[in-house]
Amino acid sequence: MSARLAPSPAASPWRDPVALLAAPAVLYLLALYALPLLWLLAKSFVGPAGPTLGPYVDFFSDPFNWRVVGNTLSVAAWVTVVCLAVGYPASFALARAGAALQIAMLVAIILPLSIGVVVKAFAWQIVLRRDGVVSQLLMAIGVWDEPQRLLFTETGLVLGAANVFLPFMILPIYSVVKLIDPRLDEAGATLGATPVYRFLRVTLPLTLPGVVSGVAFVFSMSVSMYVIPSLLIGDRFQTLSTLTGRSFLFMRNEQLGSTTAVVLLALAVSVVVGSGWIARRLGSST
Amino acid sequence: MWLAALFTVVFLMTPLVVTVAVSLGSSSVFTLPPPDWSLRWYERLADTRGLVPSLVTSLQVAAFSTAVALALGTLCAIALVRGRFPGRDGIATFLVSPLMLPGLVVGIAMLQGFKAIGLREAYLSLLVAHVVITLPYVVRTVLGALSLFDFSLIDAARTLGCSYPAALVRVLVPALGPAFLTSGMFAFLASMDNYPISIFFTDAWTKTLPIQMLQYVEENPDPTIAAISAGLVLLAILVLIVGDRLVGLRRLADF
Repeated sequence: MSARLAPSPAASPWRDPVALLAAPAVLYLLALYALPLLWLLAKSFVGPAGPTLGPYVDFFSDPFNWRVVGNTLSVAAWVTVVCLAVGYPASFALARAGAALQIAMLVAIILPLSIGVVVKAFAWQIVLRRDGVVSQLLMAIGVWDEPQRLLFTETGLVLGAANVFLPFMILPIYSVVKLIDPRLDEAGATLGATPVYRFLRVTLPLTLPGVVSGVAFVFSMSVSMYVIPSLLIGDRFQTLSTLTGRSFLFMRNEQLGSTTAVVLLALAVSVVVGSGWIARRLGSST
Repeated sequence: MWLAALFTVVFLMTPLVVTVAVSLGSSSVFTLPPPDWSLRWYERLADTRGLVPSLVTSLQVAAFSTAVALALGTLCAIALVRGRFPGRDGIATFLVSPLMLPGLVVGIAMLQGFKAIGLREAYLSLLVAHVVITLPYVVRTVLGALSLFDFSLIDAARTLGCSYPAALVRVLVPALGPAFLTSGMFAFLASMDNYPISIFFTDAWTKTLPIQMLQYVEENPDPTIAAISAGLVLLAILVLIVGDRLVGLRRLADF
């Protein structure tokens, strides 16, 4: 029986019958997901007269498209910054809170995750109106003198997107924070380290893997988001994602759509690969 | 830190509270707080054209794709944990990758791919495409649970007289129960919620709920949409209560 548990290392790795169990899922994704993506990628480099970089040269020589790329990156960066600024302390609170607050926070984090993005984006349309909650709140505390509309502005878009993606920042950081022994901080204090020094040398390095994964999640989702900008900012402000969607769904411009799709794909893949690389370096250095 | 906690709770709950409040108000222009309470938007739900069919389509597609994903994903996770073959990390990353890539791009690629193999029927395309959406959730969660599972327990059960299938059913399945539930729940919700992939596989007769809802929002936004949304919020609360009873809230938050 023990022979079955630990296959002898001499057996060829390709003959392992357990591997066959992975085949259905892997083949399914290869045929219906990976091949179509590669096909899209390949086609974007092939013009009517053979291999070409023409579509990309055209794309990047148009200043409008540079603005679209810039819009995409700047909105994603702002959303990530907002989520990190709120989510980092919030995940500590979640890990250290008493039972009642912890349950309230878990509900507030998980419940919105189970609700569709169309519902949330629609709600933000209402919240960000001139007579909406945010405008009334900012007037009440005296920041604004008169009601203003945040809907269809970049600030509104960042606010709405940060709201949708915040749980994806909190949960990875929380999963790291809850493993940290709070006594580490006390030990640092006993040894005479200042709070700032303790944070920079003890707490921050320990939470960094969670931060990297949260930032990667939020940034890549913000780069790719489609429904939120369509509802909160409209056609005036294009991102790579909305431009891709418009080219295929409304303009029927497959050439432009394929090019922007590949640029978007390259951006998303580099975020994933880059964050994986950083995570591995963090893993090996500690 | 506690300020951030308070802000997080209020900030995250805002859209849900606003939706429910608007859906219960009598005004058609989204004034908050509503001048008067009424259920008129709920009464209009039944007459809203296309709403019920799209809800049915969404539920069917989500249920079917989640079931297929649970089967394929669990088999694959077992192979990855138990197998001794090269490239297992790579395969795991590949199977989770649809989560990380832009849905719109995946949708376009799949649309062209399906066309190339002659799959044009909207409903069938939706089913096939949604398995790609749900599979990563299952693989990720079941893989995590399996790598903590002690496989010698199965041998122990067999020593105690169980047949191999019985040992699997009585030892492995209960141990994986919470993982099935969590991943199934999130996979189901992800399928119900998906817009950027579904949009390429809908036609005039076959629409999923998010597609139909976005169309309403763009055509004539009135609190009827808020009433649908409030219904979904209620559904999510129910799912969450069931999830909490069965596996506990903290485990749902495991990432």
